[in-house]
Amino acid sequence: MKRHLMAYPYALWILIFIIVPLALILFYSVFSIDADGIHFTLENFKRVFEPIYLAVFFRSIKIAAISTIICLVLGYPMAMILAGKNLSKKSLLVVLFVIPMWMNFLARTYAWMTLLEKNGLIATIAEFFGIELPSLLYTENTVILGMVYNFLPFMVLPIYSVLVKIDKAVIEAAEDLGATPITVFRRIIFPLSLPGVSSGIIMVFMPALTTFVISRLLGGAHFTLIGNLIEQQFLTTMDWGFGSALSVVLMLMIMVSMGVAMRYEKENEGGGLW
Amino acid sequence: MHEEIIRLVNVSKSFDDQQVLQNINLSIGRNEFVTLLGPSGCGKTTTLRIIGGFEVADTGDVIFEGKKINNLPPYKRSLNTVFQRYALFTHMNVYENIAFGLKIKKMDKKEIDRKVTEVLRLVNLSGYEKREINSLSGGQQQRIAIARALVNEPQVLLLDEPLGALDLKLRKDMQLELKKIQQSLGITFIYVTHDQEEALTMSDTIVVMKDGKIQQIGTPQDIYNEPVNAFVADFIGESNIIDGVMVKDYYVEFAGRGFECVDKGFKPNESVDVVIRPEDIKLVPVEEGMIEGVVESVIFKGVHYEMIIYGRGRRWMVHSTMMEPVNTKVGMKITPYDIHIMKKVTEE
Repeated sequence: MKRHLMAYPYALWILIFIIVPLALILFYSVFSIDADGIHFTLENFKRVFEPIYLAVFFRSIKIAAISTIICLVLGYPMAMILAGKNLSKKSLLVVLFVIPMWMNFLARTYAWMTLLEKNGLIATIAEFFGIELPSLLYTENTVILGMVYNFLPFMVLPIYSVLVKIDKAVIEAAEDLGATPITVFRRIIFPLSLPGVSSGIIMVFMPALTTFVISRLLGGAHFTLIGNLIEQQFLTTMDWGFGSALSVVLMLMIMVSMGVAMRYEKENEGGGLW
Repeated sequence: MHEEIIRLVNVSKSFDDQQVLQNINLSIGRNEFVTLLGPSGCGKTTTLRIIGGFEVADTGDVIFEGKKINNLPPYKRSLNTVFQRYALFTHMNVYENIAFGLKIKKMDKKEIDRKVTEVLRLVNLSGYEKREINSLSGGQQQRIAIARALVNEPQVLLLDEPLGALDLKLRKDMQLELKKIQQSLGITFIYVTHDQEEALTMSDTIVVMKDGKIQQIGTPQDIYNEPVNAFVADFIGESNIIDGVMVKDYYVEFAGRGFECVDKGFKPNESVDVVIRPEDIKLVPVEEGMIEGVVESVIFKGVHYEMIIYGRGRRWMVHSTMMEPVNTKVGMKITPYDIHIMKKVTEE
């Protein structure tokens, strides 16, 4: 009975910080408020599906997907190295890998700006060797670079945590049955690490889809992703109704993709972070 | 008769400066059931892993059918292993687990189907092809692990304490079953265990190991009846180990009196270990006994009673089907044939 009471602060927390804001967003997305009072409207949602905004959605998904794929391609081998057996080398690698994460996210992104800007470090060095570089900052690729750089740990860590749990004896058993190292990876290690891969994909794809800071700083003022669009509605144009509708649609997209991923994981007995 | 298939020559191995194997020399014959027996940390598993190719010996050679295979990786060796905790592939079903090795050999699908069915029948799990690994009991998983190794028709099967995780009853059944499989398929089994009873039940040859060294190689009967030193005697079954002095050939003194025995070839008055099996001490009326004692405790062990008898300044363990109550005075009689004399092991 008493244990019941201990859940109340948590319930209150959820109510104030999760349920109320969600309800407000839902409310603003379907009701318009003017001098006459409050009206129900689907106008905001209709606007979301106008071509110009659909293009923003499409671009956001594309960039988030590209970033996720690059993170996977870079992160998987990194996780394998971390999960490898040489302990002394491993701790150094882990430290090297973790140190950037101790720095503030914004500071890290600003650091990239100073590296990439017109008279920045990279351009200066290239100039020294007589190479004329195209614009490094404010391109789609710069945004992708920023996302990969910032979100890579979220890919590496879940994969790493699954890889270290794989019983070495299983790998030895496969070798014993005649599997070459490549076959061992293809038939044993990779399939067993899939729960980590799917957590990693979720954990990179979601923030990449919703970020507005990286695209603002590295993509420039005119580079609009869905996150920037929502931010604008709330802070610049003050169209809270449209901003809320965009948020709801984005949330639905994330929920559906998460649902698919979680279902997949359940079939594989879990093991990732989710 | 002894057609050799594997030979270890002066194999030594250390991990982080700690020597785990010292000059292991061992010849294993075709169709032989060899058990590596010893307490944990004696190097038996390391020996098996060197044969399997999972570890490389620091010095010495591993010879398989006359060819050195020291540095051959496991996937190129024509032997298979049953691992301690089965190491089944949990993301595959029973069929896929067993077919794994055959698929790698690019065997014909029909042939694979036939072999899988056949090996499942051999381990008494016909019809389990589609089952998931996690839905099987420990004993069934064990059989699948054995089937997965056997289906490749290896010339040598390595087994690393494969029955360790099973309960006693199941373990006994599986011991007999493994022995039967080994005999019917006619392949060499190299079996690692710390369970002396298991070793005695199944093996043609037992290799007793301690601290990275081989103590004794012999048939179960040899090892039990003629242990070479007090360690082997103590490890294989229960023993009374008593300090004694070999006064002359066929005559030993211990527990404050002289005994006739059947051993010879020691230096006059050499200090020796005298080993007497608890079941070899006969309880007789006091006046007929060689040593007099008082029963201190009695434990019922099923087939026999285990009694601790105090006499002549030490405790004697005696196994007998007849019980003498605590505090009874008894005589103990030992025939010369049951007194085993062993050289003292000098610790270096």
